Amino acid sequence: MALAALFAGTGATVALAQDDIGIVVYNAQHESLGVAWAEAFTKETGIKVTLRKGSDMEFANQIVQEGAASPADVFLTENSPAMSLVDGAGLFEPVAADTLAQVPENFRPSNGHWTGVAARSTVFAYDKTKLTEDKLPKSMLDLADPSWKGRWAASPSGADFQAIVSALLSLKGEEATASWLKAMKENFTAYKGNSTAMKAVNAGEVEGAVIYHYYYFGDQAKTGENSRNVALHFFKNEDPGAFVSISGGGVLASSQHKENAQKFLAWITGKGGQGILRDGTSFEYAVGNGEASNKALPALSELQYPKVDPATLNSAKVTDLMTDAGLL
Amino acid sequence: MIAAKGRSRVPYLVVTIVAAFVSLVSLVPLGFIAWISVQTGWETATKLIFRGRVGELLVNTALLELCTLPITIAMSVALAWLTERTDLPGARLWSMLAVAPLAVPAFVHSYAWISLVPGLHGLTGGVLVSVLAYFPFLYLPVAAQLRRLDPAIEDAAASLGLNPWQVFFRAVLPQLRLAICGGSLLVGLHLLAEYGLYVMIRFDTFSTAIVDQFQSAFNGPAANMLAGVLVSCCLLLLVIEAVARGGERYARVGSGAARPADKRRLGRMLVPALALNAATAALAIGVPFVTLTRWLYIGGGDIWRIDLVGGAFGQTVLLAIAGGMLATIAAAPMAWLSVRAPGRLQRVLEACHYYVGSLPGVVVALALVTITVRLVLPLYQTFATLFLAYIMLFLPRAMVGLRTSIAQAPVELERAAMALGRTPFQAVRQTTMRLAAPGIAASTALVALGITNELTATLMLSPTGVETLATKFWSLTSEIDYVAAAPYAVMMVLLSLPLTFLLYVQSRRATGQ
Repeated sequence: MALAALFAGTGATVALAQDDIGIVVYNAQHESLGVAWAEAFTKETGIKVTLRKGSDMEFANQIVQEGAASPADVFLTENSPAMSLVDGAGLFEPVAADTLAQVPENFRPSNGHWTGVAARSTVFAYDKTKLTEDKLPKSMLDLADPSWKGRWAASPSGADFQAIVSALLSLKGEEATASWLKAMKENFTAYKGNSTAMKAVNAGEVEGAVIYHYYYFGDQAKTGENSRNVALHFFKNEDPGAFVSISGGGVLASSQHKENAQKFLAWITGKGGQGILRDGTSFEYAVGNGEASNKALPALSELQYPKVDPATLNSAKVTDLMTDAGLL
Repeated sequence: MIAAKGRSRVPYLVVTIVAAFVSLVSLVPLGFIAWISVQTGWETATKLIFRGRVGELLVNTALLELCTLPITIAMSVALAWLTERTDLPGARLWSMLAVAPLAVPAFVHSYAWISLVPGLHGLTGGVLVSVLAYFPFLYLPVAAQLRRLDPAIEDAAASLGLNPWQVFFRAVLPQLRLAICGGSLLVGLHLLAEYGLYVMIRFDTFSTAIVDQFQSAFNGPAANMLAGVLVSCCLLLLVIEAVARGGERYARVGSGAARPADKRRLGRMLVPALALNAATAALAIGVPFVTLTRWLYIGGGDIWRIDLVGGAFGQTVLLAIAGGMLATIAAAPMAWLSVRAPGRLQRVLEACHYYVGSLPGVVVALALVTITVRLVLPLYQTFATLFLAYIMLFLPRAMVGLRTSIAQAPVELERAAMALGRTPFQAVRQTTMRLAAPGIAASTALVALGITNELTATLMLSPTGVETLATKFWSLTSEIDYVAAAPYAVMMVLLSLPLTFLLYVQSRRATGQ
């Protein structure tokens, strides 16, 4: 009896909370960027946006499990493997042609089921008080060398690092990736989150960390407290470590509010959303046609990143390989 | 007793059925893991369980328990003895300060510590922060037990020629065994379940690894197999505690009340005693206080965004109160049965109620996510599921207050009410439940305290748009925005303070002081 009352009671609260929601965005992007986009979009269009915070792969697998009943209308990620996973399950509504036209072809998959909304470059953030340029690894693969044992860090549980591994997998194949991961397990120190890893470099706990570029620029723009001793090394030369990861956005086929969801995607890839990348404090690269990125960043066109089709990045395989290597 | 009144048979039956239902529901996470293991298949399951990573996590977990528990026990016993049995100046204040760390959520403790000592990590960091965050769970029962001890036994020991140290180790300490075992179990289970503390301090445990797996593959077999190992660890702790507790009786034989014990004079030990108390308070209360004050000062007025902080505060309070009441309601049938109709079936049902509270939030959440998404999708990401998780996780807390207060309400009143024409349910409601009101309130408050500081289940299960103080604090600290996170930490502490004080008062009242 008590339990029946319990469920009746909670049922009412549920109805209250889920009324009038506008669109629901599963936001695996940084919370602050997601909030900035949502607030500006709502201000301009009057369409309410409810954000749910999670991580790339968590949401991708979750959407696959939820299938047609997913409460999400839009899915935003930090990296593209999660997008491919959802796309592979056939759960994306094709992105409106006008939206696709706002993003150059190399920043979106050829099938047009989702689109790039921002980009981020892999870097080796190093302690400039300890390492000089001649001592830096030439390639990310060098970090597997025993001479690097105990000297570098990464955040293996994060989607960012898993995307880098998926690029490595796509560029060098399964065998090379598995043995690199195995060597990594021997050599590296695990941190939770790229910002924490950078903080460790700054504090002198490790000499370098494989992270994305914008943590450094973000901290420099604030107090610089966590990056005072840090410098960035871009691997370039189309090295796996020069990988540029595409943050994705897509509309779900199961969405009940497709029109508004498409509007949101069009908005963040258009002047408004890309402008927030340029003027805001996220320091991710803008990907829209002719849209400038934040002035503090080195130009994307100079990074000599390897060509990787975002649609080929395989996340499930990466998780398996990393689990096998004892990293997860 | 059951057969005494024909009319009272009905409620016993109905209540038993309801309690059995709650027990059955609380078995769901365990059954779920077993089911997933079967589904995964022997080969994959063994591959996922017997691998190096699981070995590392087991070593980490074992070391954490083995280092933390002895330190916590020694510290709690020393503090309890000093505050209860000596002439320590300001004993009452020190005793409050020894309970106060409970008002600071464990992950706020570690936030405070890594702000102060950024390099702190691994086992050392894990043990340090765990001891400081959880020792009150041991201090409370040990202090209560010390107050209750009959000094006659110590007098007898002393008259037989034992020196004060021998008296303590041979007469006092053995009588503290139950309190120490119970408290250690509670701390040990918290060490297994804790997530936020260890992520911040960079120490991998099963809970952190399960969340990592969850975030990489949602509800994959690997996460569930880790959960299976974690549950086994919990059960192992329960067994160890049961063995350590043993079957000896410690009760005073014969009638009469024990007189309060004399306060021992500290003499030359006064300075070290004060130093120990002061150091504990400085590390467990001072550090969080200083860190929070510092971040608040740096952040100034800008970090108090009333729309965000206020919103999270409101949602947290609502969830905590509603969850507290629901858990108390769910525990009521069992609590009533265990007092009014003890027996073998009742013991089994009660064990189900208690065991589920020993499961880490991440295990319960993982089970509920998978079940709702696969089998009952309409319940997925709803308050119903979130509250169900809270009920399971905090059932034992709800039972504690209820049981003692129902036990204090005489069954004769229920019978008299029925004799005067009330239906059995009216009788219970109008007599026992009214008399038990303070206990009901205490239970609700205890659960509410738990919900206020709960992180993993809330992160994984909450409906979209729900943000509690804990989840907001968590997402901000993940971006190492320590400044913006500070107001949320402060609000959590402010919410927890009155409840912690209530706990303190209850523990003294329980011994008649």
